[in-house]
Amino acid sequence: MSIDVLLQQIVNGLVVGSVYALVALGYTMVYGILQLINFAHGEIVMIGALAALFVTNALIAVGVPPALALVIAILAAMIICAIVGVSVERIAYRPLRTAPRLAPLITAIGVSIFLQQIAILVFGRNYFTFPEIIPKTPMQFGAVIVTPNEIVIFVTSLLLMAGLLFLVNKTKIGTAMRATAEDQKVAGLMGIDINKIIAFTFAIGSGLGAVAGVMVASNYGQAHYFMGFMLGLKAFTAAVMGGIGNLWGAMVGGLILGLVENVGLMFVRGDYKDIFAFVVLVLVLIFRPQGLIGEKVAERA
Amino acid sequence: MSALLENKRNQIIAFVALGIFLLILPFLAGMIGQAWVRILNITLLYVMLALGLNVVVGVAGLLDLGYVAFYAVGAYTWALLASNHFDLSYPFWVLLPLGAFLAALAGLMLGAPVLKLRGDYLAIVTLGFGEIIRILMNNLDKVSLPGSDTVYNLTNGPRGVTGIDGLNFFGFKVRQGIEVFGHQVTGLQLYYFVFLAIAILSVWMVYNLQHSRLGRAWQALREDEIAAKAMGINVRNVKLAAFAFGALTGGLAGGLFAAMQGFVSPESFGLLESVMILAMVVLGGMGHIPGVILGAVLLAAMPEVIRYVADENVQQKVFGLVVIAPEVLRNLIFSLAMILIMLYRPRGLWPSPDRKADTGGSAK
Repeated sequence: MSIDVLLQQIVNGLVVGSVYALVALGYTMVYGILQLINFAHGEIVMIGALAALFVTNALIAVGVPPALALVIAILAAMIICAIVGVSVERIAYRPLRTAPRLAPLITAIGVSIFLQQIAILVFGRNYFTFPEIIPKTPMQFGAVIVTPNEIVIFVTSLLLMAGLLFLVNKTKIGTAMRATAEDQKVAGLMGIDINKIIAFTFAIGSGLGAVAGVMVASNYGQAHYFMGFMLGLKAFTAAVMGGIGNLWGAMVGGLILGLVENVGLMFVRGDYKDIFAFVVLVLVLIFRPQGLIGEKVAERA
Repeated sequence: MSALLENKRNQIIAFVALGIFLLILPFLAGMIGQAWVRILNITLLYVMLALGLNVVVGVAGLLDLGYVAFYAVGAYTWALLASNHFDLSYPFWVLLPLGAFLAALAGLMLGAPVLKLRGDYLAIVTLGFGEIIRILMNNLDKVSLPGSDTVYNLTNGPRGVTGIDGLNFFGFKVRQGIEVFGHQVTGLQLYYFVFLAIAILSVWMVYNLQHSRLGRAWQALREDEIAAKAMGINVRNVKLAAFAFGALTGGLAGGLFAAMQGFVSPESFGLLESVMILAMVVLGGMGHIPGVILGAVLLAAMPEVIRYVADENVQQKVFGLVVIAPEVLRNLIFSLAMILIMLYRPRGLWPSPDRKADTGGSAK
């Protein structure tokens, strides 16, 4: 249990955690506005990964340089996921905005199963290998080994998160998003088109999810129709741990979850990795029921 | 329909007809095949589970996404203490109460730390709890104490426990069936009657509980926790009681499941199962016993019926070729049905008539 191993696990944890954070942002943005657990978000991440994989392979097959193919594929995946996300909101969530709170949760679960089956129909049941475009040659930094792929993942997620924070805090549409999250009715009275803002939120969240999906697929070198399930679960855990509805909370929660899991591997067997994440979640919530940096809400249930 | 049921005599007739129907149902199903009797039995187990979860989610308003963990505790209690895994063979009157008791204990263990959480925080913690139990069952086949090399196999891991004793009433083995007036009643059909009796008992228990002092406290808690507290309700105890009672029902159903199947494995207790039970409660009509039973029957039976309809042979006959893999088609129809029912009946198929506001439907 040397310090070198610890450092290595911290690096691994930050890479995985940054992906968790990106997915968690999708959960937390939707929750912040609609108080809805968007159960289908994990499936959107999965669709992003598979779509990008197929587009990349198709483009490479016709002779497009791999790096360019990957960039185009990611953009395509983001657009596809944004469309799926917005459609899901339009069809399955919007009609239930005034319904009892558990009704949209059940449709979300239905949508999640539905999207999985669609993915089987469109892509198939196989485990697909994700092409290695950004090299995975190990690089030695002191005692720590990092691959260029991991560096790209980490830096890209930091950039995306910074971009999102800028969007939400500094732009006009971001102000509208925050106003909608605060109070839909009053925001509407101020001339904000609530439906447009909610659709926009879903588009942004799904787009980030698509990128996260590509990251996971390239990190583990594979993608399959069921990959969204555990990833979504972890990311949602991260969002809750940080304080759901809070952007910073999702980012911090994602990174902490990644760190805890990977550093925890030094102490427990790999089989128990998932338990570890949930135990930490329970411990955090016992001492801070509103999450790590969530605001205290009096009554929201 | 409701006007018809107002009449006391019609009510009695309806009840008797329903009773007769329930009594001959396993024999009708048996004529098609024993597999259908098994589906009936599983449906009855789901009715019990949905009733138990209904107390937690529908009546007390605590969102629980890990309910299947209690089902698992009950099932594994029976499986481990009455199988050749440990060479034990305790009788049912030890196993069923013990399983229910251990499940209730697990419910209290889960309930105690999460009392302060509400709404969706509670949902994710219960979900995590369910996953913890499942992962433990998967991995407790190679337990070693620190400082010792002996490896213990507690749960047999993903392979599950096989060779589990069935229900034995003092020497009489239910699984073997019985011959009545020259007519063979199969073991599965006997299980049906046992399950039916226990399911009716659960309905009676939940109904009485819901209309008791405790039940009214649960409903007060659901509508407004702070107001309930102000009215002198001990929120902590009342919440714990809801968790414990829900878990108890789940544990009971779990024991019965293990007894009928003769085999349990962690696979039967995944998150999707919890989600399904929750969907039964919400789809049927939260907090309303007939609605919840309807939801359970519908969601438990629907996949099986669709399996029959979406069969390759049927597709072959209609389209001349197999268009979609039957399993995919089945899940597609199932998920679409879930979405559509919720879109058109947001309060459930058969909601409680006297409730305007629903669980957690606080003014937004």
